[in-house]
Formats: sequence, structure tokens, C-alpha cells
Amino acid sequence: MNSIHYLYAAYIATWAIHGAYLVILARRYSRIRRDMERLKNRK
Amino acid sequence: MKRGITALAVITGLMLSFALYEALVVAPTERTMGDVQRIFYYHVPSAWTAFLLFLINFVCSVIFLIRRNTKADILALVAAEVGVVFCTVVLVTGPIWARPVWGIWWAPGDIRLTTTLVLWLIYVSYLVLRRFSTSGQTAVVAAVVATFGALDVPLVYFSIWFFRTQHPSPVIGDGGSLDPRMWVVLLINWAAFLCLAGLASWTRYLLEVAKREVEEAEALESLYEGSR
Amino acid sequence: MSFLAVTRSTLSKDIRLEWRSKDAINAMLFFSLLVVVIFSFAFDPTAEESRRIAGGLIWVAVLFAAVVALNQTWARELRNQVLDGYRVSPAPAAPLFMAKALGNFLFVIAIEAVMTPLFVAFYKLRALGPAWELLPIALLGTWALVVNGTFFAAVSLRTRSREIMLPLLLFPLSIPALLGMVNATTAVLSGEESARFWVALLIAYDVIFTVACLLFFETILEAE
Repeated sequence: MNSIHYLYAAYIATWAIHGAYLVILARRYSRIRRDMERLKNRK
Repeated sequence: MKRGITALAVITGLMLSFALYEALVVAPTERTMGDVQRIFYYHVPSAWTAFLLFLINFVCSVIFLIRRNTKADILALVAAEVGVVFCTVVLVTGPIWARPVWGIWWAPGDIRLTTTLVLWLIYVSYLVLRRFSTSGQTAVVAAVVATFGALDVPLVYFSIWFFRTQHPSPVIGDGGSLDPRMWVVLLINWAAFLCLAGLASWTRYLLEVAKREVEEAEALESLYEGSR
Repeated sequence: MSFLAVTRSTLSKDIRLEWRSKDAINAMLFFSLLVVVIFSFAFDPTAEESRRIAGGLIWVAVLFAAVVALNQTWARELRNQVLDGYRVSPAPAAPLFMAKALGNFLFVIAIEAVMTPLFVAFYKLRALGPAWELLPIALLGTWALVVNGTFFAAVSLRTRSREIMLPLLLFPLSIPALLGMVNATTAVLSGEESARFWVALLIAYDVIFTVACLLFFETILEAE
């Protein structure tokens, strides 16, 4: 592999890792919103 | 609060784009390693950020053990989680950089990468403990484990340092002395990653606060159900 | 009662209880034999490389056998609600921890006493360096595993998947100690280097974590 490809791989991997984490946070956030709505409607 | 986060998100996006441009275009090409060396501008700031976050976790854990302040506990959890994310980046970009430069993916004697690996292991086990704990006092137990982890780190460092003197091996990630222009790009990227860490931490913090409120509300609800 | 007195009485009670039901001891000793046999099949004893990594093999075998033993540490106390009693009583928790750790220490040393001659026999090991140094290395290394192991066994009590939580917490933190034990043993076996630095590291590790465990055990106990 041409060594420049390693550079791209490293940068893309970094974004993939951070991106995955932010997506996980977003999903958990929408789940919490749903739970809060449910509790509010229950009252 | 919402506006603050949006503002930070915008700033982070701008900083990261600017830093990327600096790293790929503005920074001079390194003489021996060539363009692959630019991985350095992501690898090193991620490591610094991860270590800073783990330090924050340790400080918050100690504060929590002394004061039992809930905010300290939440911040400790957040710092550990975001720290593990950045630490993962370090452990992934390190070998990707090592392979073209040294021909190997990993060098057990590399003190910085190996210490980072052990830190990652300690904090992943910390996060697993927090998730698997059935105790009502998870925060206390986790804080103690974090303290043990902090005590371990200097021991890890020295043991690998001595191991390396006996089994010399290539040092990954050593660019030698740094051109001042490279220092500037490095610091710009660090600033950008600190913004990202701040954004992720702030979001995670709010998420944790909301999660605990929901859990409390649900617990109260089941109490009322039970008494009916 | 003084710290030493409480420790000693708790320890002798534990030893008596274990000795009366020799099942656990016999099972562990047989397990140790099994581990050595498995290793001798996995790592060919006639190969020169195996002799060079024998130091590492022994300690990995001890580590896994110790985890099996450590998982039992608090089982009896849990069954009889002893820990709740301790939480309510004004008695300090440190002697209880010390007694448990010492009990585990003796247990793992017994396991090593069975494993080591077998390893030596299977792998035709000879110490080219000063063989007497292996004794302090064994004692210090075993204590390093046992002191943190006993502590994290208590931490794992209130978790799901208790048996996996113990090694998950113990292994990362034990890495410097493991480096110490393995390299010290290899240094003595090969005679090529001095084990002195590694022994010093083990001493530092043992002191630091013994103090930490004694200091924090009460906190952990009360957090259940």
C-alpha cells in the first residue's frame, strides 16, 4: 500500500470513531426524550 | 443551554475543518517519513486529550470520595467515557502510522503506546464496572477503582521503561525534533480536538443528568404503583 | 481487639473451615495439575523457545488458577450474611480483609507448590541464575495478585456476571506486577540478567496496593 493511503486510513478511522460515538449519544438522547414524554403524559 | 451547545458545535466544526486544512496542506512535509507523518497531527493531540480526560476523571473521583458530590461523579463518568473514545483513536492511529514507517503494527517496548493501551484497558474495565454494578453505591465503588487505576499508572510506566532498556525496540511516534511550523499545526489540532472533547462531554453530561432524572421518576412511579 | 489479633483469629477460622471440607482444596490442586498438563500440550516442552518463555508460562498458569480460587473468596461470607454483620458492627474492616488476603495467599502458594515441580519436570527447567531468588519472587508476585484479587472479589460482589468482573478489573491493574514476576523469573532461569529491578518493582507494587486495599476496604464494604 502506498504510504499516503495509511494517512487517509488514520484520518478516516479517527472520524469513524468519533462519529460512531456521537451517533450513539444521539440515539440515547432520543430514547431519553421518549421516556420523558411518556412519563409526562402518564402524570 | 441548547444554544450554548449549538454554538460549541459550530465552533468545533469550524476548528476541526481549519485544523484539517492546516494538517494536510499547510504543514511542511517531513523529510524522512513523508506525508504519512501527518498522522502525527491527529495521533498526538488525541493522546494529550485522552490523558487530560483521564486526569479529570481521577480528580473528580477523589473529590467524590471526599465530598460525595453528585456532579463530581457524573463528570468522572463523562470524562472516562470520552477519554476512552479518544484513547481508542490513539491506539488505532498509532499502529496505522507505525506500519509504513517501521514495518510493524506494534512494538511491545514502545513505552507511550503500551502505557496508553494499559490505560485504555483500565478505563474500559471501569466503564464495564459502572454498567454491570447492581449496588446502590456504584459511584463510590467506581471512584475507588479509578483511584487504583491512577496508582497503577506510574508503575506501568516504569515497568515498561525498564523492559525497554532490556529489550530495545523501535519507538513509534517519535518525530525527532519539531520544526516550529509543525508545532503550530499540532497546537491548532489540539485546540480543535479539545473543542470536540468539550462538546462530547457537555452533551454526555446533559444526557446523564436527564437519564438519572428519568430513573428517579420511574422509581417513584413504581413506588406509587406498589402502594395502590 | 488489636488488628493482629482479629486478623489471626479470622484467618485461623477460615483455614479450619477450609481444611474440614477438603473438597475445595483437592479440586483446586487437581485443577493446577490439569493446567500444567494443558500447557505442556499447548507449548511443546522440547522446543527451545518454550524453555525461554517458561517463566511467563508458569505465571500465566498461576494467574488463571488464582482467579478461580479468588472467585470463591467471599462466597461463605455471602451465604451467611457475615458481611452485613460487619457493616453494622463498629469493628474495623481492615483485619477482615487482611485475613482473607492471607488465606488466599496461602491457598495460591499451595497451588504453586504443586504446579512448580510439575513445570520443572515437564519443561526440564534449570535455574542458571541464583535459584534462591525464586522464592522471594514467588512470594512477592503471589501477594501482588492476591491482595488486589481479594479486594476486587469484594468489589465484584454487587455486580452482574460477578465471575467475569473480577478478572476484568484485576488483569489490567496487574500488568506491571505481571511484567515484574515474569521478567524476574526469566532473569533467574536464564541467568542472563539481574532480577533486582523487577524485584524492587514488585516490592513497590505490593506496598502501594496493600496500603490502598487496607485504606479503601471499609469504603467498599459499606458501599454494598
